Amino acid sequence: MGLNLIVLVKQVPDTQNISGNAMKEDGTVNRAALPAIFNPEDLHALEAAFTIRDSVPGSKVHVLTMGPPSAVQVLKDSLYRGADFVALISDRRFAAADTLATSYALKCAIEKIGSYDIVLCGTQAIDGDTAQVGPQTAEKLGINQITCISQIVELDPEKRSITARRSIEGGYEKVKTGLPVLLTVNGEGFPPRPPSAIRMMTYKNATTEMSSADYDETYLTSGAELKSENTIALWDINAINADPESCGLSGSPTKVRNIDMVVLKSEGIRMIENTEEAIGDMVHELVADHTLG
Amino acid sequence: MTTKNSVMVFIQQDDGKVAEVSIELIGKARELAKQLNVQVTAVLVGNRVQKVAEELIPYGVNRLFTVEHKGLAHYTPVPYTKVVTQIIKKHAPQIVLYGATTTGRDIAPRIASALRVGLTADCTDLQIGDYTSRGQTFQNVLYQIRPAFGGNIIATIVSPERKPQMATVREGVMKMDQPDASFKGEIIQESVELSPEDFPSEIIERVQQEKSVNLKGAQVIVAGGIGVGSRENFELVHQLAHAIGGTVGASRAAVDAGLVSKDHQVGQTGTTVRPRLYIACGISGSVQHRAGMDESARIIAINTDPEAPIFQIANFGIVGDLKEVIPRFIKAFRAKA
Ligand SMILES: Cc1cc2nc3c(=O)[nH]c(=O)nc-3n(C[C@H](O)[C@H](O)[C@H](O)COP(=O)(O)OP(=O)(O)OC[C@H]3O[C@@H](n4cnc5c(N)ncnc54)[C@H](O)[C@@H]3O)c2cc1C
Repeated sequence: MGLNLIVLVKQVPDTQNISGNAMKEDGTVNRAALPAIFNPEDLHALEAAFTIRDSVPGSKVHVLTMGPPSAVQVLKDSLYRGADFVALISDRRFAAADTLATSYALKCAIEKIGSYDIVLCGTQAIDGDTAQVGPQTAEKLGINQITCISQIVELDPEKRSITARRSIEGGYEKVKTGLPVLLTVNGEGFPPRPPSAIRMMTYKNATTEMSSADYDETYLTSGAELKSENTIALWDINAINADPESCGLSGSPTKVRNIDMVVLKSEGIRMIENTEEAIGDMVHELVADHTLG
Repeated sequence: MTTKNSVMVFIQQDDGKVAEVSIELIGKARELAKQLNVQVTAVLVGNRVQKVAEELIPYGVNRLFTVEHKGLAHYTPVPYTKVVTQIIKKHAPQIVLYGATTTGRDIAPRIASALRVGLTADCTDLQIGDYTSRGQTFQNVLYQIRPAFGGNIIATIVSPERKPQMATVREGVMKMDQPDASFKGEIIQESVELSPEDFPSEIIERVQQEKSVNLKGAQVIVAGGIGVGSRENFELVHQLAHAIGGTVGASRAAVDAGLVSKDHQVGQTGTTVRPRLYIACGISGSVQHRAGMDESARIIAINTDPEAPIFQIANFGIVGDLKEVIPRFIKAFRAKA
C-alpha cells in the first residue's frame, strides 16, 4: 500500500548574488535580474519524499510548483532526481500573490491531485524567508503540520502514523501524529540526491506544451490529467478550480508599502593606527566614557 | 475602555516559562497602543498559568486572557491555533504580535490562514503610519518592517484592509521594559471547547539545552570571523573577551569553519545583539552579519582590508592584523584599567 506524497517546491532568485537592478519600482522582485535556483530547503523536502518512497513500496512523488513559465526548470530538475509526476501552476491571475494567496492556490492544486498522505515543502524560501506557506497550506487543507523537520523517526503506513524530529531552539523534539500531515523540511537532514544522468536524457525535452506567446490568453488544460508521466502538466486557475478573488493581488492582504536598499550608516569612523600608543589612547577613551571597564 | 481594537501579544510559554521575546513584545505593544490610544491585551495559553499571568501584568498588560487545559501545557499547532483564533475573533484586536521563534513561526501563519488576514514574518521594527493606495488613505496602519531578499533590502509591509494586522518579531530586537509592580491590569479566564480530535500531535521526546552563551544580554562582545584563521588564533578572541569582561561572538563563516560553536553566531540566522561595545575581529561585515549587530552602541572593527564593509558602520577602525592588534588591545586595557 503505497503513499501519495506531494512536494511543494519553488524557484527562487539566488539572493546570495544581488545586483543593483534586482527590485522593480513597485517594490516587487525583478527576478529576471537574478539567477534562478531551486529553493535549497525544497530540495531537502524532495529528498525526504524519495526516502519515504524508498521505504514504502508503491508510493508516488508528485511535485507542484506555482510560478511563471520559467519555473518549469525546477520541475525538470525534480524529474531528473526521480519525481513521478510534476505540475506547474501558472496563471497571470496568480501574480503578486502573498503567502496567503499562494497557500490557497497550492491547496486547490493539492486537492486536484486528490488523495494524499503526506505533503512536504522546505521550511522557508530564501527570497522571502517567511516560513509561512507550509503552515498556511496545512491549515487550508485542514490537516496537522510538523515544521522544521530534519528526520523521520518512524513511519507506519498501516497504522497511518508518523514520528518526525523537528528542530527547536537549542535542541529538538520528536512529534508523533497521524496521516495526512504536512511536513516542512529544513536543511539539516535529507541531503539531496543528485540528478540521474539517465533521467536527464529522458526528461531533457519535457515541456508544458506551452509557448510564451499564447500564455496570456490560452489556458491549456491538456496537461491537466494525471496520465502522462514524461511531460509537465500545466494547471491554470480554472484547472485547479480556484476562486480568482482569493488568488494573486486581490487575494493578498499584505502589500509592500516601500522598499529601501540597505544603506550603511556611516556616522564618521575614526581610524586608529595599529600602534601601541594609538590603541592605548582609544582604550583609555573607552574606559573614560564607561564603554569599557 | 473596551478590549476591541487593542494591540495583542501572543505569550509564548512552555511549562510555565515565558519566552523573553513575549515580554519584549509587551513593551513594543505598549508603545504602539499609546500611539493608537488603545489597550494592550495578551493571550496566554497553557496549563495552570495563573501565576505566570500575574507576573506578566506588571510589564504593562491591561487585559490578559488565559485559556487553560491540561493538553495545552506544551505547544502543538492544532489546539493552540483553535484557541488563539477564537480569542482573536472574540476580542477583535487591531494588531497581534508573535515572537519569531519556532513556535511563533509555526502558529502565526496557521492563525493568519484561519482568519484570512495578512502576516509579516520576522519584523525588525514596527511603526504606526498612514498608507495611501489608489487614492484611498488608511490611517494608523501598522508598518511591518523587515529585511528581505537575504538582508539586501528593507521592506515595509502593510495590510490595511483586514484586521487584525499580524506580525512575528525577531527575538532581541525590541528592548525589554522593566516591570512596574504598581501597574494594574486584569486577568480574564476564557474557556474554549476542546475535544480529543483537537490534539492530533503527541510530543514523544524533547531535548533542549540552555544556550551556553548569553549573547543577547551581553554588554560587551568580542566577535571573530573567518579572518581569525584557526582555532589557535581564536584563543586571542577568547583572551580579549576575558580581559575586558566580554562575551565571545562570531560570524557564520567562523562557525562553519569550526572555529567556535554555533551558539556564538551573531547575525540574521544567529543571535541579534545590541551591546554597548562590539569588537569585530577579522569579520568583513556582510549584510547578514550586520543585521544582527548594527544596533550596537559602539563598534570597533579590526581588519587587514581597509575596504572591508565593516568599516562603514564602525566607530573605530583599525587596519591591521588581528594577531598584532588584539595583544596590543589587551596590554593597553591592563595598563589603563
Ligand atoms: C541566508 C544567509 C544567512 C546568513 N546568516 C549569517 C549570520 O547570521 N551571521 C553571519 O555572520 N553570517 C551569515 N551569513 C553569511 C554571510 O553572508 C557571510 O558569508 C559571513 O558573515 C562572512 O563571515 P566573515 O566576515 O567571517 O568572513 P569573510 O567575509 O570571509 O571576511 C573575513 C574578513 O577577515 C579579514 N581578515 C583576514 N585575515 C585577517 C587578519 N589576520 N586580521 C584581521 N582581519 C583579517 C578579511 O579582510 C575579511 O574582511 C548568512 C548568509 C546567508 C546566505
